[in-house]
Amino acid sequence: MSIRHGLLALLERAPMYGYQLRTEFEATTGGTWPLNVGQVYTTLTRLERDGLVEPQGEDEEGRVRYAITAPGRDELASWFGAAVTPQDRPRDELAIKLALAVTVPGVDVRAVVQRQRAATITHLQELTRLKTRQDPDLSWSLVVEAMRYRAEAEVKWLDHCEAALLRASERRPPPAVPAPHRRPARR
Amino acid sequence: MTTTPVLHMEDVHRIHGKGDAAVHALRALHLTVHPGELVAVMGPSGSGKSTLLNLAGGLDQATAGKVRVGGDELGSLSRADLAALRRRRVGYVFQDYNLIPSLTAAENVALPLELDGVRRSKAATAARGVLAEVGLQGLGDRFPDALSGGQRQRVAIARAVVGERSLVLADEPTGALDSETGEQVLALIRARCDGGAAALLVTHEARHAGWADRVVFLRDGLLVDQTTLEDADSLLAGA
Repeated sequence: MSIRHGLLALLERAPMYGYQLRTEFEATTGGTWPLNVGQVYTTLTRLERDGLVEPQGEDEEGRVRYAITAPGRDELASWFGAAVTPQDRPRDELAIKLALAVTVPGVDVRAVVQRQRAATITHLQELTRLKTRQDPDLSWSLVVEAMRYRAEAEVKWLDHCEAALLRASERRPPPAVPAPHRRPARR
Repeated sequence: MTTTPVLHMEDVHRIHGKGDAAVHALRALHLTVHPGELVAVMGPSGSGKSTLLNLAGGLDQATAGKVRVGGDELGSLSRADLAALRRRRVGYVFQDYNLIPSLTAAENVALPLELDGVRRSKAATAARGVLAEVGLQGLGDRFPDALSGGQRQRVAIARAVVGERSLVLADEPTGALDSETGEQVLALIRARCDGGAAALLVTHEARHAGWADRVVFLRDGLLVDQTTLEDADSLLAGA
């Protein structure tokens, strides 16, 4: 992660200007990851070079709005589809991924949660096995224990996210679909 | 694997009630557990974890599908044969230990053997042997209320594995224990599996599921996901 994926997720909602992307990014990640507008434009340039976004021309004020492309959508889908590994976590990518997932239409957030839960528990299984099969060495086992506790905490947090998602989906009415027989509001 | 699975569940359904009030506690479940395997079952409350355990141990009957323990299909057994199978081949570990307070630790462990017609002295010897294996040598004459929570759960595990029992069913066995004691209990169940038994462990603790070879996830009565673990040698090679 992945300012790249963050921007792609935001553009999946709607085409946006660079400044808008920065504001939305910070709002979505709860201000835990401040971006400067330069980073946004550098990233947009790379995304455009890679064919994942495309500019939609300038408006009267000379601002360029960017839209996600079909390959961009594929890239985003494979990001949501993959579990985060401890190596690619300079920031809490998982928390950010979930914060974005709940705002992007069409993402099965419970599936994202479960994929991560399974990956984290597999990691716990590996750590437990290492702990029991390796000759006990105190320093080493403390490090393994730290990793086990971290993984355990992550699963607890995922359980919490799932419960919160369920509660939210029970509260929220299904999206309003305009009835076909209703007259248009503007006449 | 060519060995007979200890537990084989095939397209198992469990429906409580009828008509509009019917509750589908378990749907189209397939699960095979081989000797040596520790399988953890996770899922939110009401997802069917305990139902799965009760069906595996013959305490409850499937509405449809087949449950085999060591090759015997539970649905085809007479009540007497089912009771004998439960005594001889299946051991239970519960969160609240379920020890008989008026019997000593050794008598609690010997009980399933005695119920099965094993001579008293032979059952007592076997019980003391298993108690020693779980680290309770010398405590066989204590009554449950003179033991700590962790020791009581060790007695319960000894009772679950005494004799020829090849399938251990554990329902939140560490729920009432502190984290360190809980780990020791898991290590014991793990050791029994490494010795050739098989176990199904219902838990909501990821830390405890970490002891398993495989973790299956239930949601609304459906098995929705499971983890696989590479063999330990390849893990150590990468460590």
